[in-house]
Amino acid sequence: MSIIRIDTDILIIGGGAAGCFAAVEIHKKSPDCKVVIMEKAHIERSGCLAMGLNAINAYIHSGQTPESYVSYVEKQFVGIIRKDLVYGIAQGLNEAVRDVEKMGLPIDKNDDGTYKKRGERSIRIFGERLKPLLAEAVQKTPAQILNRVVATNFIYDGERVCGAFGYGVRNSTFYVVRAKAVIVATGGASGIYKPNNPGVARHLMWYCPWNVGTGYAMGIRIGAEMTSFENRFIALRVKDVHAPTGTIAVGAHSKQINARGEDYLERYYKHIGGNKCLTQHRLLATIEETKAGRGPCYLDTTTLSESDERRLKEDFLNMNPQIVLLWAGKGMNPRNKPVEIHGTEPFVVGGHCQAGYWIDKERNTTVKGLYAAGEVAGGAPKKYVSGSWVEARIATATALEDIKDVSLGDIDDSIIQIEKNRVLSPLNKKSGVSPLEMRERLQKIMDEYAGGISMNYVIHEERLLEARRLLKCLKERIKDMTAVNNYNLVEALECVDRIDVARVLVEHLIYRKETRWSCYQPRLDYPEKKDERWLVFVNSIYNPDTDEIKMVERPLCQ
Amino acid sequence: MPMSIFIDENICNGCKGLAEARCERICPGDLCYRKENMKAAIRDQSACWTCAACVKECPVQAIELRLPFQACSNGASLKARLKHDKTIWTVWYADGHQEEFIIQAKCLKGDR
Repeated sequence: MSIIRIDTDILIIGGGAAGCFAAVEIHKKSPDCKVVIMEKAHIERSGCLAMGLNAINAYIHSGQTPESYVSYVEKQFVGIIRKDLVYGIAQGLNEAVRDVEKMGLPIDKNDDGTYKKRGERSIRIFGERLKPLLAEAVQKTPAQILNRVVATNFIYDGERVCGAFGYGVRNSTFYVVRAKAVIVATGGASGIYKPNNPGVARHLMWYCPWNVGTGYAMGIRIGAEMTSFENRFIALRVKDVHAPTGTIAVGAHSKQINARGEDYLERYYKHIGGNKCLTQHRLLATIEETKAGRGPCYLDTTTLSESDERRLKEDFLNMNPQIVLLWAGKGMNPRNKPVEIHGTEPFVVGGHCQAGYWIDKERNTTVKGLYAAGEVAGGAPKKYVSGSWVEARIATATALEDIKDVSLGDIDDSIIQIEKNRVLSPLNKKSGVSPLEMRERLQKIMDEYAGGISMNYVIHEERLLEARRLLKCLKERIKDMTAVNNYNLVEALECVDRIDVARVLVEHLIYRKETRWSCYQPRLDYPEKKDERWLVFVNSIYNPDTDEIKMVERPLCQ
Repeated sequence: MPMSIFIDENICNGCKGLAEARCERICPGDLCYRKENMKAAIRDQSACWTCAACVKECPVQAIELRLPFQACSNGASLKARLKHDKTIWTVWYADGHQEEFIIQAKCLKGDR
């Protein structure tokens, strides 16, 4: 097993939306700064944007302001958001979108050249090649791109993050990358819970199945403070293929109807504007209708015209081609039959909800030398792709300033050996627990004891305590995992990361003794929202020496 | 017949001359590989996200996107090819008829 050692100024972990934008941004601000991107797949088609994207859902249209954007997000998240972070994002949204347009992204425009309004805060894009376009911009810079290198842990001396370890699956090589600053820009976590579809269709899911929370887990393992994992994200999606419903509801103005054809959002939420209810209400009402025997529920696409329908299919081809395939297989057109919807399994994400690193306005994490941007950065929900770009811009400015007086850290060979042995150990065992067994066990525990689909997402203390106990047992079996090849080894490493994320998630779910976010965090034992006690952030810090997760509260800031 | 992508070995040329096949290079889940006969294959159908990255990347359109049988019991398929600033999609319905979409995917330098 060979080792490749690389020294750089700034290491970016994860070459997705935030990571690619960060690399371009560093080159713009400081052309001599050396940059390395460590990417699990290939930056041209990796992560959330691999399929493409048909809308940018965080944009400030004329008549709106960063202030109005913050109010909107605060309302959606029932009073708990980091207003300072969201405000900083809102201020930079339009400029970031303009920058990506210059990279070649086609955007739907009015005759006067302004972007056409799709929804209150969104614009329509033709983003089938958004990821290749971002990658192309990176490839024009001198940044060194390590494709197919899976990040395994930060290099951390107890005070400062001085780089990261990675495993190259193509060349079976262990990477030691020393850096003056590290920007973590990985995705959120899927595969924590049992997915909607079993067996051969298990990855027919909304969120990218290879975003397994590695960036979270790496931070957790060095004691970085994490926030709001209990603010899980459960998406309302098109049944079976899990394509986003916003493309139909916002893009084509379709209403949600139950099996009797009734507009049930109007019935549930008349007092708060019916169809203008919160995102989470759209899911909650759908679950309630189904429980009451009025399901399945649908998006009523039967009001579409022929040209609307064609446009809808084009939008989906730009982002979720499998729904067009589903319609073709069923021999149906959405104009003739409404589209069935349901809830997905819970995900841990910082782009739609706000699970992630606890950061300051400059995107410093609580660990020196480590900055967070995009999905892994907590406290700023509904940032989506454009907000991730803004965070990348802010984080790079901070990192560039910070590295001026920093030199590369020394790394003891014994530390490299320990990490290498840990990473490769599944390959050296002849029998034991397969990554598939490990993943299925984790997903079963989380589904049944921590509010998965089979429990209608509800949670309460006794079950969560059982989840805590079972996850601890499961973690003890990690040492028995086996892998037969590099692909399999990555699956094993993914299990390790998912278990670390799941354990933190369960502690967060136990700690918040109220129901703040209806179906994202519905506590049967504390069904009410209690502002007088719980208008606080629930944060956690893992102690790797004692294997304990300490919970702390942080006040809301203005 | 569990399906996510279908690779037609009669069309696949294995991207001969390249260090790895284009589908192998691009798959976000690292699922494609080249067999000894220099034909591309998918190592685990159940791990496919149906993202179509390989479908778009294949220069000879050897790869079709399909859905797993459990999601839809009738066959349909989807192919794509990238042509300059456009992506051209062909959808085959279960009854055999097809639909084509030509969608702008990139602004060329002059349009920016």
